[in-house]
Amino acid sequence: MKNNLRVLLNGFVKENPVFVLLLGTCPTLATTTSVVSALAMGLAAAAVLVCSNAAISLLRKIIPDKVRIPAYIVIIAGFVTVVQMLMEAYLPSLYEMLGVYLALIVVNCIVLGRAEMFASKNTVGASILDGAGMGLGFTLALLCMAIVREVFGAGSFAGMEIPFISDYTVPILVSPPGGFFVFGVLIALVSALGKKPSKEEFGCEGCPNASLCKGECGKEKA
Amino acid sequence: MEKLKISSSPHILSKKTVSGIMLDVIIALLPAAIASILIFGYRSALVIGVCVTFAVLSEFLFQKIIKTKVLVGDLSACVTGLLLALNLPVSIPLWQAALGSVFAIVVVKGLFGGIGKNFANPAITARIMMLIAFTGTMTAFTAPLSPDLTSTATPLEALKAMGTELPSLKDMFLGIRGGSLGETCAPALLIGGIYLIFRGIISWTTPVCYIGTVFVLSLIYGGMDFALYQVLAGGLILGAFFMATDYSTTPTRPWGKVIFGVGCGIITSAIRFYGSYPEGVSFSILLMNIITPYIDKWTRPTPIGGNK
Repeated sequence: MKNNLRVLLNGFVKENPVFVLLLGTCPTLATTTSVVSALAMGLAAAAVLVCSNAAISLLRKIIPDKVRIPAYIVIIAGFVTVVQMLMEAYLPSLYEMLGVYLALIVVNCIVLGRAEMFASKNTVGASILDGAGMGLGFTLALLCMAIVREVFGAGSFAGMEIPFISDYTVPILVSPPGGFFVFGVLIALVSALGKKPSKEEFGCEGCPNASLCKGECGKEKA
Repeated sequence: MEKLKISSSPHILSKKTVSGIMLDVIIALLPAAIASILIFGYRSALVIGVCVTFAVLSEFLFQKIIKTKVLVGDLSACVTGLLLALNLPVSIPLWQAALGSVFAIVVVKGLFGGIGKNFANPAITARIMMLIAFTGTMTAFTAPLSPDLTSTATPLEALKAMGTELPSLKDMFLGIRGGSLGETCAPALLIGGIYLIFRGIISWTTPVCYIGTVFVLSLIYGGMDFALYQVLAGGLILGAFFMATDYSTTPTRPWGKVIFGVGCGIITSAIRFYGSYPEGVSFSILLMNIITPYIDKWTRPTPIGGNK
């Protein structure tokens, strides 16, 4: 039970997908201009993540190793289409707001990354918890960024104007350069506050340089 | 043998210190600052005061927080604040001026390692940030010598709009025109620039190449009168003497300075003639700041006896 809780909480701060693993940067920068769209994006991605993690974990012994990436993408795309259709039917204004970024969850590296790093090696229960933790961590990160950007950039919170701050807005925060700026500052803040995951914990599977270094990086210190 | 002491280099020390150089720059900027108060009224003194205060304060607090040596005494933050203030319109809200100063010191300079380690000019970068962030207030230029701050077009905007009335060339030279605080009064800037050249703080190469390039390109593009207006308008003189000569963000070798000046001139003219912004001085200096390491690499001299 303790272990399960750790799997769930990992995604919040210690291995936060956005601020620590630096995955899913594109939707992070694109949808955090307002609190509402950030929350919608985060929850949609979290729903896909939980479902795809569960399905991939169930099928992990059937999927041949050589074609695992296409197989994962088919599974993920299926769930994304379901979420997309549900949102179009029941939340049309949100669907309009997120636009192409909703469909782009298919290639969101967090979803694919968790499939590859976690769901393909763990039981269904743990994979669901991991998906939920990562998804909520993603939502949390998007919310943090969106709050900073909307409150100080547009002087409002979830569309409601804040009386004092709206006179002193810095509109650049809502535009892409301001997004990068807030992103950088928050990454710095998180890495200053939390302990970075060591290379052993992080694993070579999730490392983009793995093919080049072949596991040599960990040996340097020893 | 005991009298023979060997110390590590450098063996010959110049009397120039960072604070001494910065003091000279401040002295050189004073005529322009005084001219801005005469032209735009007392509010410009207020803007200068806010910028300098916040620049120095943020430098002090930043160095305290990251626990490095507090180097406020070298006056560089003071220069940055002053330069930024001279690049702002007089009607700028004071909180925006303060935010710009903090941005210049903390983000552009402090985060990259402090004095001498920043790759871009803090005052220029902060001005561009403010131009993008607060486009409305940053381009609201007020007419000179008007007590009630009536707004006006700058000569560059007038040149672009065609048909709007331009100030006379004499007014242009004396700085009786719309524009940023310190950029309008050419004599004051020239006095400061020549003072710096005589003190050996800056070399004449960059400003001459920069202004010369803009003049020649404007001459080809629109004739003599147009070229004179182009040279006197906007922040060209201020930028050429005080911003394009910053030590840590511009090339060190003489030929590098020539490339830097000509490059700035070409980019400035291109933005002024064809771009959507009326003024291109700050963008040109920032862009050339970015390629400065490459210019330094191309113009590196071969040491005596070294292979080519």
